Amino acid sequence: MSFDTAFMLSTLPAFLKAVGVTLQVGLLAIFTSLLVAVANAAILVFRTPYLWRLVKGYVELARNTPLLIQLFFVYFALPSLGVKISGFGAAIITMTFMGGAYLTEVLRAGVEAVPRAQLESGRSIGLSEGQLLRHVILPQASILSLPALFATFVFLLKETTVVSAVAVPEILYTTKNYIALYYKTYEMLAVLTLLCVLIFLPLSLLLRYLERRLQHGQYGV
Amino acid sequence: MSALIEFQGFNKFFGEQQVLEQIDLQVQAGEVVVILGPSGCGKSTLLRCLNGLEQAHSGSLRLDGKELLAPGTDWRQVRQRVGMVFQSYHLFGHMSVLDNLLLGPLKVQKRERGEAQAQAEALLARVGLLDKRDVFPRQLSGGQQQRIAIVRSLCMNPEVMLFDEVTAALDPEMVKEVLQVIQGLAREGMTLLIVTHEMAFARAVADRIVFMEAGRILEQNPPERFFTQPQSARAQQFLEKFSFVESLPKTLHKELS
Repeated sequence: MSFDTAFMLSTLPAFLKAVGVTLQVGLLAIFTSLLVAVANAAILVFRTPYLWRLVKGYVELARNTPLLIQLFFVYFALPSLGVKISGFGAAIITMTFMGGAYLTEVLRAGVEAVPRAQLESGRSIGLSEGQLLRHVILPQASILSLPALFATFVFLLKETTVVSAVAVPEILYTTKNYIALYYKTYEMLAVLTLLCVLIFLPLSLLLRYLERRLQHGQYGV
Repeated sequence: MSALIEFQGFNKFFGEQQVLEQIDLQVQAGEVVVILGPSGCGKSTLLRCLNGLEQAHSGSLRLDGKELLAPGTDWRQVRQRVGMVFQSYHLFGHMSVLDNLLLGPLKVQKRERGEAQAQAEALLARVGLLDKRDVFPRQLSGGQQQRIAIVRSLCMNPEVMLFDEVTAALDPEMVKEVLQVIQGLAREGMTLLIVTHEMAFARAVADRIVFMEAGRILEQNPPERFFTQPQSARAQQFLEKFSFVESLPKTLHKELS
């Protein structure tokens, strides 16, 4: 088996672009997922009548169906209902659908992890429920949910490879393209693996560092 | 003179289980009442009811003549008048000592920052912790945290303070520094309701001892009388347990050491 390094180098510009697409899909999806999750977690924490059941149902549905099938549903099934969506749009919608559910659970768990005693302590000095949320629960919950939050961010970034199935030109899609065109299977998979390590590993390390700083620094609980 | 705090035929349930039964207790302004009794007898629950942290009760509970069990009671108002200190301090871990102290005065009472901070600092100085103003709770010892927790309640200028086994989680060495603070408040004439297992302290600081068992008040007496001639058999038994160590024969003491 010989490694065609010259060929590998020649694909770099294309892969660089693909990395850009991966990050774009991943970061955008994380952002929109967070928006969805904050709204949902608030509904769950306050037990908003009716709505919280809906949110529970959504979370279970989104977490217990494979991302690929959700993606196919949005990209291939919705058009037959008259909704036409681009590959990129389908990718963001689907990733948000799944990411929002995971992050909802992360935030809810964070709020529930705030010790009951902290709530009583706040009430005993006369804080209203709103003040309690703002000054005690949210600051502590956000610190408590950091590890799970960051783990889910990395998970979502990695899951972006799934959207290659709807022709979003991210890293896996680019890899498959080159394999199909030039049959350089080993080389391209090696580049892909290397890229994954290069993107995700530093990110994981950075998040872990941030987590340590935030949790054990002066803001810890 | 009518009592500042008045429980009358007060009952409290946890689900089906009755944890307080026909409690009749009057506390005058400026009085120091220590509640004693075995674990699970309802002492802490009694204090928590007075602070609105527990519900599901019947009977009557009045503060300054006003019925607290009436539906329209503003517990936020009551809590500003009745401060509570917990066994495990429960300071807000994400805030500096000063922020812990000012949260109530600034957010609940909407007081001026300068004035509230001056009061907080004066109280910190009084408990000997002014130098800890800007540190975070986890950097403090248990005894220090508990003193801060007391100051946090005092910053609200309450009329009554409730102490719920505030030294139970502390090293013996730190118990003293906390008890001294409470004793200081008692001397100043603040109304105190104290749940504790520190018998010597109870005897020294109390105007009256209330002995509870299984959700009922068995006897209420001045401390000297309670400790020397307890009326109920249960109280005698309870006190004997606490004098167990002191009554060990001398030789056994030697063997232990």
